[in-house]
Amino acid sequence: MSNGSKERNPFRSSSKRRRRNDAGGHALFAFFTYFVLACTAYIFLDIAVKGAPVVFKAEAPFVNLGFIFNNPETLVVFKDGNGEKVRMAMSDFSEFKKANPEAVITDEHTFSYCAGGIWGPLVGTALLVGICMVIALFAGVASAIFLNEYARHGRFMNTIRLAIMNLAGVPSIVFGLFGLGVFCLWPWLPVLTYEPSGNAVATFAIPFTDGFLSFQGWGTSMIAGGCTLAIMVLPVIIAACEESLKAVPMGFREAAMALGATKWQAIRTAVLPYAKPGILTASILGITRVAGETAPIMFTAALAHKAGLPWAEAKGGGLFWVSDFFTQSVQALPYHIYTVSARIPRSEDTEPMQNGSVFVFLLLVMAFAALSISMRARYRKKLKW
Amino acid sequence: MNDIDLDPVPAATGDDAIPVPDEPASETIIEIENLGFSYDHGKTETLQGISLEIPKNMVTAFIGPSGCGKSTLLRCLNRMNDLIDTAKVTRGTIKILGQDIHAPDVDAIELRKHVGMVFQKYNPFPKSIYENVAYGLRIQGVQKKSTLNEAVERALVQSALWEEVKDRLADSALGLSGGQQQRLCIARAIAVQPQIVLMDEPCSALDPIATARIEDLITELCENYTIVIVTHNMQQATRVSARTAFFYLGELIEYAATDKIFVKPDKKQTEDYVSGRFG
Repeated sequence: MSNGSKERNPFRSSSKRRRRNDAGGHALFAFFTYFVLACTAYIFLDIAVKGAPVVFKAEAPFVNLGFIFNNPETLVVFKDGNGEKVRMAMSDFSEFKKANPEAVITDEHTFSYCAGGIWGPLVGTALLVGICMVIALFAGVASAIFLNEYARHGRFMNTIRLAIMNLAGVPSIVFGLFGLGVFCLWPWLPVLTYEPSGNAVATFAIPFTDGFLSFQGWGTSMIAGGCTLAIMVLPVIIAACEESLKAVPMGFREAAMALGATKWQAIRTAVLPYAKPGILTASILGITRVAGETAPIMFTAALAHKAGLPWAEAKGGGLFWVSDFFTQSVQALPYHIYTVSARIPRSEDTEPMQNGSVFVFLLLVMAFAALSISMRARYRKKLKW
Repeated sequence: MNDIDLDPVPAATGDDAIPVPDEPASETIIEIENLGFSYDHGKTETLQGISLEIPKNMVTAFIGPSGCGKSTLLRCLNRMNDLIDTAKVTRGTIKILGQDIHAPDVDAIELRKHVGMVFQKYNPFPKSIYENVAYGLRIQGVQKKSTLNEAVERALVQSALWEEVKDRLADSALGLSGGQQQRLCIARAIAVQPQIVLMDEPCSALDPIATARIEDLITELCENYTIVIVTHNMQQATRVSARTAFFYLGELIEYAATDKIFVKPDKKQTEDYVSGRFG
């Protein structure tokens, strides 16, 4: 119905200003979104560009195995007779000096932990995360089952639930101090040892061995760090488990109960199997979170440097070995990154270690996140109801 | 469907007199007496003094508008309401097979083995067809393969599903159609050989053809099982049940032979409801 251009378009915009505002809002929101994205991308790219040359190399096996599988060492930088700058790990440097006693060494500098690799911190982080996840999963799944399946929904339970959720917002340094007080310094935690410390509040000789059951606290140790991390990640795990349990249809519980299952049987056979994927993916995300925490392990578990790997350092046999293994302090990747970045002056000599460590860490976290996402996608396909 | 065998009205009452079907002809299996039930610690009663007797090996239908308490009553019969924290029986008794089911020495778990239940929304587990049917026996500790096989086959035959699924027992139950899934749930319920099967609107999520199959199945099953069915569909009540109870606002308005409820009810409210004037 074209009645000529004079005819007023009934759908013409009534207010230019309104349209302008709408477009402006759109642009503003888009700008901030892309800004955040750009910042993140810049950080990741920067780490990748600087870190990749440290971790990867051009020829087979394409990965700088020395960087992954060696322990951190002190880096020595000096100028040789020709005025050329030379970088060496401390162990190589002493051999070099022994082999060439007459070599001219000038302008010598040392940088702690900046040579070698990150094997010790990697192993330590894996152990800490492992201990943490074992404890957190057991306690977390158990509490989530209690909260979601057994607890009555009264004011008291709601308060407890709220308290647990609030724990997730507590700064990690607070958990660190808590862990220090409880797991490291509190003397009533038992260890098995051949030489009880002077702080022990009670020691019992164990018959047929030279050892003692000594209540002397765990000290700075991987078990203390693991427990601290576990307590820190518990609220996250509990919340995720509760969500997964809630997502299982009520009908499954009812069907099981109507067939004469006890409550626990119903939970075990008709609820947990279908909540498991959610629990697993949440725990993997929990892993990435605790793996990156520095503050809680700073006081409770981590060491800047340790010569040997944990299993080589543990002494004794049988249960004594186990006790000694878990009560030794470890290196940890986030703490290592903190040390090499914040304690060592930043220079072109120290940068490879700094960037390489961060890059490996980033890769690990991304790998776990990818694992979690792919697992969720796979289970979603399998479990539909 | 007005099968004369299903009519429990005693013949002795005479031809012209309105039959008074207070006493079912067959043996009573469930006796409910003056039952009061509350969802909120007894503040308000959802069921207000219900008394009725349900005959053995027959289909009894509960009808009534939404919120009238028919599903609540059904779930009282196997104590499924125990799962709700705030719910409680405020007065009266339910006797099943002569035993008060709220007696302190009654284990609700044991009770539920005898009183099975089929739910409104079919809810097979995301497991194989076989494992779904075997579930009840497995949790009761049956491990012998031959016993399980036998029970699964019998339950599937009884629930008229065997011919359709016998070649794919290991397939996921979720691959079945809605009607098949509901029949699978019936098979799962009867695999543990309960005496009573409670059905809470078993066809409300199904299309008419699947509904017809379930109704045929219910009619067949009542040879071996006592069936109590809650339904919104009045035609369904006339098609499958021998006796019908009409509830309104938590009260039992009328309980009689299905024919009587639908043809010549005593109460005005019943007549209004079954003739579709309200509800």
